[in-house]
Amino acid sequence: MKRTISYCLVYLATSVLLAGCNLVVFNPKGAVARDERDLIILATGLMLLVVVPVIVMTFVFAYRYRATNKKARYSPRWASSHKIEAVVWGVPFLIICVLGWVTWETTHALDPYRPLDSDVPPVNVQVVATDWKWLFIYPDLGIASVNELAIPVNTPVSFTVTSDAAMTSFFIPALGGQIYAMAGMQTKLHLIANEIGQYRGIAANYNGHGFSDMHFSTLSLSGADYEAWVNKVKAAPRKLDQASYTELAKPSIRHEITYYSAVQERMFLDIVDKYEGMNKAPRKKETQVQRNSDDARVKQQPSLLAEER
Amino acid sequence: MFGKLSWDAVPFHEPIVMYTLAIVGLMGFALVGTVTWKRKWGYLWREWFTSVDHKKIGCMYIIVALVMLLRGFSDAIMMRTQQAMASSGGPGYLPPEHYDQIFTAHGVIMIFFMAMPFVVGLMNIVVPLQIGARDVAYPFLNALSFWLFVVGAALVNISLGVGEFARTGWVAYPPLSELGYSPGVGVDYYIWSLQISGIGTLLTGVNFFVTILKMRTEGMTLFKMPVFTWNALCTSVLILASFPILTATLLMLTLDRYLGMHFFTNEAGGNPMMYVNLIWAWGHPEVYILILPAFGVFSEIAATFSSKRLFGYVSLVWATIAITILSFIVWLHHFFTMGAGANVNAFFGIMTMIIAVPTGVKIFTWLFTMYRGRVRFETPMLWTLGFIVTFSIGGMTGVLLAVPGADFLLHNSLFLIAHFHNVIIGGAVFGYMAGLTYWFPKAFGFRLNDRLGRIAFWCWLIGFYFAFMPSYVLGFMGMTRRLNHFDNPAWQPWLLLELVGVGIILCGVSAQALQLYVSIRNRAKYRDLTGDPWDGRTLEWATSSPPPFYNFAEQPKVDDLDAYWGMKERGVSTLSHTDYRAIHMPRNTSAGLVISVFALICSFALVWHIWWLAIFGLVASVVAMVVRSYDEDIDYFVPAHEVARIEKARLKDLAEA
Amino acid sequence: MSNIVLEKDIAHSHEHGHEDAGSMRIFGFWIYLMTDCILFATLFAGYAVLRDSVAGGPSTIDIFELPYVLAETALLLLSSITYGYAMLAMNRNDKSHVLRWLGVTFVLGCGFIAMEINEFHHLIQEGYGPDRSAFLTAFFTLVGTHGAHVLSGLVWMAVLMAQIHSRGLTNTNTTRLSCLSLFWHFLDVVWICVFTVVYLLGVV
Repeated sequence: MKRTISYCLVYLATSVLLAGCNLVVFNPKGAVARDERDLIILATGLMLLVVVPVIVMTFVFAYRYRATNKKARYSPRWASSHKIEAVVWGVPFLIICVLGWVTWETTHALDPYRPLDSDVPPVNVQVVATDWKWLFIYPDLGIASVNELAIPVNTPVSFTVTSDAAMTSFFIPALGGQIYAMAGMQTKLHLIANEIGQYRGIAANYNGHGFSDMHFSTLSLSGADYEAWVNKVKAAPRKLDQASYTELAKPSIRHEITYYSAVQERMFLDIVDKYEGMNKAPRKKETQVQRNSDDARVKQQPSLLAEER
Repeated sequence: MFGKLSWDAVPFHEPIVMYTLAIVGLMGFALVGTVTWKRKWGYLWREWFTSVDHKKIGCMYIIVALVMLLRGFSDAIMMRTQQAMASSGGPGYLPPEHYDQIFTAHGVIMIFFMAMPFVVGLMNIVVPLQIGARDVAYPFLNALSFWLFVVGAALVNISLGVGEFARTGWVAYPPLSELGYSPGVGVDYYIWSLQISGIGTLLTGVNFFVTILKMRTEGMTLFKMPVFTWNALCTSVLILASFPILTATLLMLTLDRYLGMHFFTNEAGGNPMMYVNLIWAWGHPEVYILILPAFGVFSEIAATFSSKRLFGYVSLVWATIAITILSFIVWLHHFFTMGAGANVNAFFGIMTMIIAVPTGVKIFTWLFTMYRGRVRFETPMLWTLGFIVTFSIGGMTGVLLAVPGADFLLHNSLFLIAHFHNVIIGGAVFGYMAGLTYWFPKAFGFRLNDRLGRIAFWCWLIGFYFAFMPSYVLGFMGMTRRLNHFDNPAWQPWLLLELVGVGIILCGVSAQALQLYVSIRNRAKYRDLTGDPWDGRTLEWATSSPPPFYNFAEQPKVDDLDAYWGMKERGVSTLSHTDYRAIHMPRNTSAGLVISVFALICSFALVWHIWWLAIFGLVASVVAMVVRSYDEDIDYFVPAHEVARIEKARLKDLAEA
Repeated sequence: MSNIVLEKDIAHSHEHGHEDAGSMRIFGFWIYLMTDCILFATLFAGYAVLRDSVAGGPSTIDIFELPYVLAETALLLLSSITYGYAMLAMNRNDKSHVLRWLGVTFVLGCGFIAMEINEFHHLIQEGYGPDRSAFLTAFFTLVGTHGAHVLSGLVWMAVLMAQIHSRGLTNTNTTRLSCLSLFWHFLDVVWICVFTVVYLLGVV
C-alpha cells in the first residue's frame, strides 16, 4: 500500500516536472504563437496586480476580524467610505484601461487575417475540413495532401480555410491561434514556423462522431526537405478531381495520409461555392418572377466568392 | 401510429444505460411504495403538487435541482473516468456515440436543470419574504412555471431510456445539430426540453419583475431593498430580455428540423453563424442569470456573519446594474475565432473586460464588509470565503480569455473548461450551497447538521481545485474539450489528478446527502423556534420558521436598509399587535400541473413525430387553460381568528425558545 | 399544516396591495408583451440576415403583391379600430356593444388570417415554400409567427366573448379585455413593422 502511494507520488512529481516541456502554449515554435504567449503572460501579470491583493485581503480580514478576536475594532454601522470606494472602482478601472489598450493593439497585430511581415513570399495553402479529415491544397503547386501539412521553415504560410461538413476549428497549437472552418465560407489564418519539427494539428471544435481522431501532422521542413516533400507528392499516382474528392469527402475516421499529384482547377472554390454561405444574390431590378433560374446568379458572380476580404 | 417510436428506441444493448435505468426504476418503486404505504399521496397532492405558495414552490424547485445535480454529476464522473482511461491510445469504456451524449447532457442538465431551478428556487423562497409580501404577483403562474420546468427535466431524463439525447454539445451548434448531421431524436429532445422549461423561466422572469416592482411593503424604496432582491430584480430583467432570444432561436432550429427550412443549414443559403450569434446573445446574459443571485446570497451572508452593515450598498447596486446592461454587449467573445475583423473582436474583448470592473467592486465590498466586523465562521460564511478566493482566480482567467490574441490559443481548450467551471462552481454553485444552508432553517424550521456541512464544504473546495486546476495545465498542453480518446501519455497524470478531485467532490456530495438525512431525522434537535437563527438583518427573519403561509400577519413597515436589524436594535417587535385582520390569499390549484402534463405529452409526441398525439396534447393544454380561466374561485380570505390562532402558537414557540 | 380550507367571504374590505390586482395584471401582461417584442426583434434580425440568401430561388421582388398585402394590412388596422370601440363600450359598461364590436373584430381578424393562409398556399403551390431558400424560410417564419399570434388572439377573443356573454363585464373580464386589447394593438404594431421591413422595403 505504502509502496503504491509512494510510487504514485513519484510518478506525479515527475510528470509535473516533465509537464513544463509539454506545455505547448509556453513552447511556441513560431512568431505568432510566441507573441500570443507573451500576451497571455502580460495580461495575467496585469490582473495579478488585483487578484493577489484580493486573495491576501480575504485571508487577512477574515483572520483579523474573526468574532473571537475582541481586540479588533468593531464598527457595525460603518458602511461606506468614499476613499475606499474610489479605490475599488478606480484601481480595477485603471488596470482594465491598460489591458484594454493592450487588447486593442494586439488584436490588430495578431489578427489572423493580417499577412505576416516577411521578405519571403508566403506559401498559400487551402484547407478543407471534411468529416473527419483535413485536406490541404497547394494552389500554387497544384498538389494536395490529406492529414499531412508540410511547410517550409521561416516562411509565412497563408491559410484559406473552409469546411465541407459541420463547423470545426483549424488549430496548430505550436504555431499559433486557431480559426473556424465553416461551410460556404472562407476564413483566413497566417502562421509561420521558426523551427524545424513536427507539430500536432487538430480540429479544435467538436464536430461529431470522429472528432477525437481528426488530427494531422504539420511538418516544418528546411528548404531542401520541403522541395523533396513536394516532389514526393508530385510523384503520387492519385489526382484530385470531382470524383476522387466526392469519394474523399465521405465520412471516414483516421483517414490515412494521402497525396494528390494534381488538383482540378478551382477545386477549393467549387467546394465553397457549393453552399450559398456568404454568397448573396445581387438585388434584382426586374419585377418578373424568374423561374428555373437555379444557380444562374451564382454563376454570374463567381468573383463574389473568390474575393478576399 | 407511433411515429418514429418503436421498441428499438430503448437501448437494451447498452449495459450501462440499462443498469442505470434498473437502479432508477428500483429507487422510483421504493419511493412510490413508501409514499403509498405511508398514505401520503393526498398530503403531497394537497400541500405540494397543487400548491401556489411561493415557499413550497421554491422548495420543490430546489429538490428537483438537487436530484438533477446528482444526474449531472454522474455524467461528470463518467466523462472524467473515460478521459483518464483513454489517454494513452485505448478506447476507454464509452464509445463516442455514448460519450458525446453524456457531455451534452451534462452541460444541459447542469445549466438548465440544476443551476436555473436552484436560482429560481432561492428567489421563490426568499424574495417575497424579503420585501414583506404575502406571495408573488401571480401565484398560479408561478406554479405553472415550475411544472413547465419539470416537463423539461422529465424530457431529458426520458431520453435516457427512450431514444437518445443530443450529441452536439450543450449549445447545439448547427449544422451539426441539423437533420443532415444529427438525424436521430436526440436534438429534438434537446429542443423541446429547453423550449418548454425556457417558457417556464420566462414566466418566472415576468412574475418576479412585477413582484419586486409592485409588491414591496410600505416604506421599502428601491434603494432600501435587500441586495439579494436587487440581484433577483436584475436577474429577472436578464431573463426577460434574453430568454425570448432563446425561444426564437430554438424555434428556428425546430423549423429547420421539422419543416426542412434553412435558417442554419449549410445548404440553400442558411447561415449557421447566425445561430452562434443568437445562442450567445442569450447565452451570455444566461451566465449572469446564474451568477447574480449567487452574488446576492454572498452579500446577505457577508453582512449577517460579519454582524455589520454591508459595505458600499450603493456601489454594489450600481455594479449589479452595470453588469446587467454590459452582459448584453459581450456575446461575441464566445467566438473570437470565427474570423470577425480585428475591430469587432477588440470591441467585444474590451467590453468583456469592463465587466471585470463592477465585478471587482463587488468582491471588494464583501471584503470591506468583513473589515471591522465580527466574522463568524458558520458554514455559509465558509462558502463565501471559498467563493471569494476561487472566483477571483476564475475571473482572472475569464478576462484572459477576453483578450482575443490569447483566446486564439486557449479557445475550446480545457483552459476554457477550467475557467467556466471555476466561475460556475466556484461562483454560482458555492453561492447556491451557501444560500441553501443559510435559508434552510427559514424554509423548514430547523438547521442543517453543522459538522457534515463543514465536511461537505471542505470536500467541495479541495475537490474543486484538484478537479479543475489540472485543466488549466491541460489547456496549456493543447488539449481540446470533448475528446473521447487520444494518444498523449503526458496528459494522463493530470487527468488522473482530476479524477481524484472528482472523487473528493463525490465525498462532498455524499456528505451533503447524509447531512440532509441526518438533519431531517433529528429535526427536533435542530429545531429553530426563534425564526432568526443567524441574527439576520432582513425581513425574512422577522417571521417564524417556517413562515405561516401568509408570511406576515401584518405587513411590516420599513424605514431603513437592514430593516429587521433596525427593528431589533430599536426593540420594535413585529409581533406585538393584537387586532388581526382577515388576509386575502390565493387558492391552491391543480391547473398548472394539468397543463404541464399535457405539454409533456405534446412535446414527447413531437420528439417522436406522433402527430395525432401532439395535436391532442396541444389542444388539451389549451382547453385546460380555458377551463382554468372559467374558474373564478381562485382566492379566499383567511379569517382573523384563524390568523390570531396561528400567531398565538408562534408566540408560544418564541416564549419557549 | 397550511392552507386549511376556510369559509369564504368573511370580509370584502380589500387590504393594501390587493385592490389594484387588475392593474398589476395589466402591467405584467405589458411586460410579457415586451418579451414578445424581443422575440419578434430576433426574427426580424434573422430575416435581415437571410433576406438576400435566395439560393437561386425568387427574391422579395418576385413574390410580393403589394395591393394584396395592403388589403391584409387594412383588415388588421381596421380590426384595431373596432377593438377600440369595444373598449369604449366597455368603459360605458355596455355589454351588448362590447360583444358586437368584438364580433366585428373577430371577423376582421379571421379575414386577415384567411388572406395570409391564402398567400402562403399560393406561394407553396408555386414551389416557393419555406424549404426553398433561406430567404423564404425567414419570410415564412416571421410572417407566420405573427399569424400564429393573431390566431391565438382570436382563440382568446372567442373564449372571452363567451365569458362576457355568460358572466357580463365583471372585474376579471374587463381586466382580460384590457390585456387582449394591449395584445391586439401590439400585433398591429408588429404587423406595421412586418409590412414596412418585409413588403415595402422588399419591393423598393
